[in-house]
Amino acid sequence: MQVKQENIRNFSIIAHIDHGKSTLADRLIENTGMLTTREMEEQVLDSMDLEKERGITIKLKSIRLMYKAKDGEEYILNLIDTPGHVDFNYEVSRSLAACEGAILIVDSTQGIEAQTLANVYLALDQDLEILPVINKIDLPSARPDEVKKEVEDIIGIDCEEAPLISAKEGLNIDQVLESIVKNVPPPKGDSNAPLKALIFDSYYDSYKGVTCYIRVKEGTIKPGMNIKMMATNKCFEVTEVGINTSRHISTERLEAGEVGYVTASIKNVKEARVGDTITDADNPAQEPLPGYKKVIPMVFCGIYPAEGEDFNTVRDALEKLQVNDASLVFESETSVALGFGFRCGFLGLLHMEIVQERLEREFDLNIITTAPSVIYKVKRNDGEILEIQNPSNLPPSTEVEYMEEPIVSASIMTPTDYVGPIMELCQNKRGVFLNMEYLEETRVVLHYELPLNEVIYDFFDALKSKTRGYASLDYELKGYRRSELVKLDILINGELVDAFSLIVHEEKAYERGRTIAERLVDVIPRHQFAVPIQAAVGGKIIARETIRALRKDVLAKCYGGDISRKKKLLEKQKEGKKRMRSIGSVDVPQEAFLSVLKYDEKK
Amino acid sequence: MMKRNDYMKDFSLYIHIPFCEKKCYYCDFTSFKKDSTDIDRYMSNLDKEILMYEEILADYKLSTIFIGGGTPSSITSIYIKKILERIYRVFNIEELGEVTIEANPGTLNRQKIKDYKDAGINRVSLGLQSLNDNILRAIGRMHTSKDFLESFYLLREEGFHNINVDLMLGLPGQSLVDLKNTLYRIIDLDVEHISLYSLIIEDGTLIKNWYDNGLIDLPNEDLERLMYHESVELLRQNNYKHYEISNFAKEGYECKHNLRYWKIEPYLGVGLNSHSNLFNKRFWNQSKLINYNESIESNKLAVEGEEIIDKSMEIAEYCIMGLRLKSGIIKSEYLNRFGEDIDKRYRKIIKKHVHNNLIKEDYNSIVLTNKGLDLSNQVEVDFIP
Repeated sequence: MQVKQENIRNFSIIAHIDHGKSTLADRLIENTGMLTTREMEEQVLDSMDLEKERGITIKLKSIRLMYKAKDGEEYILNLIDTPGHVDFNYEVSRSLAACEGAILIVDSTQGIEAQTLANVYLALDQDLEILPVINKIDLPSARPDEVKKEVEDIIGIDCEEAPLISAKEGLNIDQVLESIVKNVPPPKGDSNAPLKALIFDSYYDSYKGVTCYIRVKEGTIKPGMNIKMMATNKCFEVTEVGINTSRHISTERLEAGEVGYVTASIKNVKEARVGDTITDADNPAQEPLPGYKKVIPMVFCGIYPAEGEDFNTVRDALEKLQVNDASLVFESETSVALGFGFRCGFLGLLHMEIVQERLEREFDLNIITTAPSVIYKVKRNDGEILEIQNPSNLPPSTEVEYMEEPIVSASIMTPTDYVGPIMELCQNKRGVFLNMEYLEETRVVLHYELPLNEVIYDFFDALKSKTRGYASLDYELKGYRRSELVKLDILINGELVDAFSLIVHEEKAYERGRTIAERLVDVIPRHQFAVPIQAAVGGKIIARETIRALRKDVLAKCYGGDISRKKKLLEKQKEGKKRMRSIGSVDVPQEAFLSVLKYDEKK
Repeated sequence: MMKRNDYMKDFSLYIHIPFCEKKCYYCDFTSFKKDSTDIDRYMSNLDKEILMYEEILADYKLSTIFIGGGTPSSITSIYIKKILERIYRVFNIEELGEVTIEANPGTLNRQKIKDYKDAGINRVSLGLQSLNDNILRAIGRMHTSKDFLESFYLLREEGFHNINVDLMLGLPGQSLVDLKNTLYRIIDLDVEHISLYSLIIEDGTLIKNWYDNGLIDLPNEDLERLMYHESVELLRQNNYKHYEISNFAKEGYECKHNLRYWKIEPYLGVGLNSHSNLFNKRFWNQSKLINYNESIESNKLAVEGEEIIDKSMEIAEYCIMGLRLKSGIIKSEYLNRFGEDIDKRYRKIIKKHVHNNLIKEDYNSIVLTNKGLDLSNQVEVDFIP
C-alpha cells in the first residue's frame, strides 16, 4: 500500500494526570472503528496494571488509526502515547519528537495544572502544533469558557475552535478527529534520502527480540536491510517492519513520515536505546537526529530478597526487567542485616517504585527495598577519589579529606500563591535560590540549585502537599559540590542495622535521625519486650525512641461458634509475620525500610 | 421409630434470633431492629430450616441448645416455644443437658419466663455488661441496672438456677472501681456463671467511629489488663472457677454448649449467619436476611459458604481453642483424638513459647500463663498450619 505523506498525521496527547488522556485515546480508537468495543480492553494504551492503577502511563506505544474525514479523504492518524512523570521526561520528549502535533487536554472542571504546562513546554520545544481540547464538559462543575480563557492567557494558544468534549460520554469526539486532520501538519521528509528513523520506544519479547517503535524521518526502511544504531554503532539486519493497529501488522516498508515498528534480532534494549537514530548501514546519514541522551541512573537503592525468598530468583527477575528497561542497572551486594541482595540504579524515585512493584507483581517476589541514595564522591586522605552510593561503603571519617554530593538545577513551576511555601521548602532542603521568572501575572518558575539527596528524600511529596499538587518540578544534574556529609546509623535493640544507614548533611542528621526513629516506632510491631531505637552519627547517639512492650493481644469473643472469624484474624497475623525480617530478636516489617522516607504532613 | 442412641454422635444446636429492640453502639453481630412482619417470616423459615436437617442429622443426637442473637427475649415467647417444640420432634434426644436462651434485662416478664421454663429452657444468659447506668447509656444499652435486678429476681422466683451474666471490661468511662463494684454485686447475687469480655472496637460500629474521632475515652491498655487480672483474682477468691479466658463458673456450672465450641465438637447453627461444624466442614448461613429468607422459601438450605477442615486444620483449631481453656490442651486427649503425639507437630512452638513465658507445660497439659492470657494471639498464630 502506497502511503501518501500528506494524508498522515502524527500526534500525541498531553495532559495532566486524570484529565482524561487514556479515555480520549480509547474514544479515538473506538470512533475510527479500529477495534470494536468488545475487543477493546479498557484503556488500550496503558497495558501495565500498575499504570492502570495509578492512572499514569509509563511505557510508550503507538497506534495507527484510519479515519475518513469530512473532506472525503482517508487519513492515517498515528497516535503516540507519552508517559507523564518527570522521571521519564526524556522519553516524553522523544515521543513528542516523533510527532507534528499534540492534543492538549484540559479538564474543564480543574483548568490548567502543573503538568499541563510542563508538557506544553516540552511540546513547544519540538515545534509541535498544539490543539487544545476541553474535556469533561458533561460534569455539572464544568466551566469551559473560563478554562478556555485560562489556556489562552497562560499558554497563549487560541482556543476559539477548541472542541468541547466528554471523552467519558463520547461527546464531540468527531470534532477532535477533524481538528487533527485540519490542524496537525503532515510530515515532511524524503523517502529516497539516506535513512533516519527515530526510536521512541523499544521493548523485548522472547520471540522476536527487541521491537523498536520508530518514526521514519527520512528515507525508507524495509526487511533485509542492514541498519546501524548511530549512537551505539551497532549493526543489525532488519527482519520485519510494520505498523501497530490493535496488533502488529507487518508491511513491506516504512517510509519517511510513517510510524511503525522494526525488529532486527536485537537481544537487549540497551542496543536500541530510546532517542537513537536508525540509519542504513550501507548508505548512512551524515548525522543523527538531534536530542539523543544516554540516560544515567541518578538514584540507587538496595533490593533484597525478603524472608524465604531466593537470591537467584530475584536476580533472574532483575535480568528480565533489564532486557526491557535500558535505564535499570544493578550489581550484587551484601548487607549484614539483610544478607545477599542487589544495589540497583534508577532514573528517579518513580522509576524505582515501578521496578519494585513489577518485581512484586509480575514476578510475585517478596522483596525488601532500602532507602534510596545517590552517588557521592569521596576524596580520601591518600588522594584517592571513591564513588560511593551505598552508605555502608563510606570509609571512616578519619580517612576522608572531603566529600562531594550531586547537585541538580531545579525548575519549579507554580501559581504565585505558593511561592512562599516553596521557598521555605527549598530553604529547608539546602537549596540555593537562583532566580524567579514570571510566566504571567499569577504563575512563576522558581530556579533553584538543590542537593539531589534532598530531592529524592521527600521533596516531591512535600511539594505536592504544600501546593495542593499545583506545582511541578523538573530537574537535571548539574554537577558535584563539596558538602559536610555524615553517615547516619540506626540501631534497633542495640544492633546497628546497615540497611537503614544513610548519608546526610551534618546539619540534617539530628532531625533525620529523630524522624526515622519515630517512624520505626510506628511501623515495627510491639514485641513482648521493650525495643529501643537509636540514631547515631559516628559513635554518638543523637536520638532515641522506645517501642513499648506489647501488653495485650487477645481475641477472646465467642461469636456463636464462628471460629472462622477468629482464624481469619490469626491467618492475617501470620501473613504479616511472613513479611517480616528478623533482625536480632526483633521482627521488622518490610515497609519499615521505605517508610522512613515518607513525607510527614505535620511538618 | 427405632432410636439407636448408643451409637449416635452428639451434636449441639445454635439458633440465631437476629432481632433487637435497638442495636448497641459496639455491636457488629448480625442483628437489627425488630419488625413484626419480618419476625413472623423469619421464624417460619427457621422452623422450615430445622426440618431440612431432620434427615441429614438422623444419625446424631442433640445434647445442648443455645438460642442466641440479637436478643431472643425481645420477641414473643410463643415463637420460642414453637421452635423448641419443633426441635424436640425433629431431632433424636436422649437427655438434653442444657438449653440456654440469651435475654436482655427489661425484655423479660413473668409470663415469658414461665413460657421459657415450659419450653424446656433451663439456663438464661443475661446481657448486663455493667451495673453503672452511665456506662450502660454510653454503650447504647436499653436497660438500667434496676431492670437487670428485676429480671434476675423474676428468673429466680420462677425457678431458674442456672443463670449467666454477661459483663464487659474496657468500656468507655469505666474505672477499675466501677468494674469491681459491678463484680461484687453480681457475686453477691450468687449467679452461677459469669462471662467477662473485653470491649473490642469492631469496624463499622458507631463506637469505632466515635473512638476514631476522639469522642470517647477508653481505658488504656495497661488499665484494661489490670481490670482483667484483678477481676480474675476477685472471682477466683469467690469460688468462681476461671475455666476459659473470659468465662467463670461455680463448680459444675460451666457452659456445656460453649465448651463444645472450644473442644471442636460437632454443632449445627440455624438461622441468619449462623455457623456450623459438622462432617469435617465448617459452613455458615447467608448473612443477609433477604437471602436467607428466599433461600429457605425456595426449599434450599441457606448455606453461604463452607471450609473443609482437613486434619492439620482440625488439629490447629483444637489447639487454638484448647488454649482458651484454663485446663489447656490435654496431651492424652490430643493423642487419643488425633492418634499422634502433640510434639510431632508442635514441639518447636511449644518450646519457644515456654521460653517466652507465654505457656507452661507439664506432663499432660499445655496452659497459657498469666502473661499468655494477655498475649494469646501470639501463641495461637503459631499453631496455624
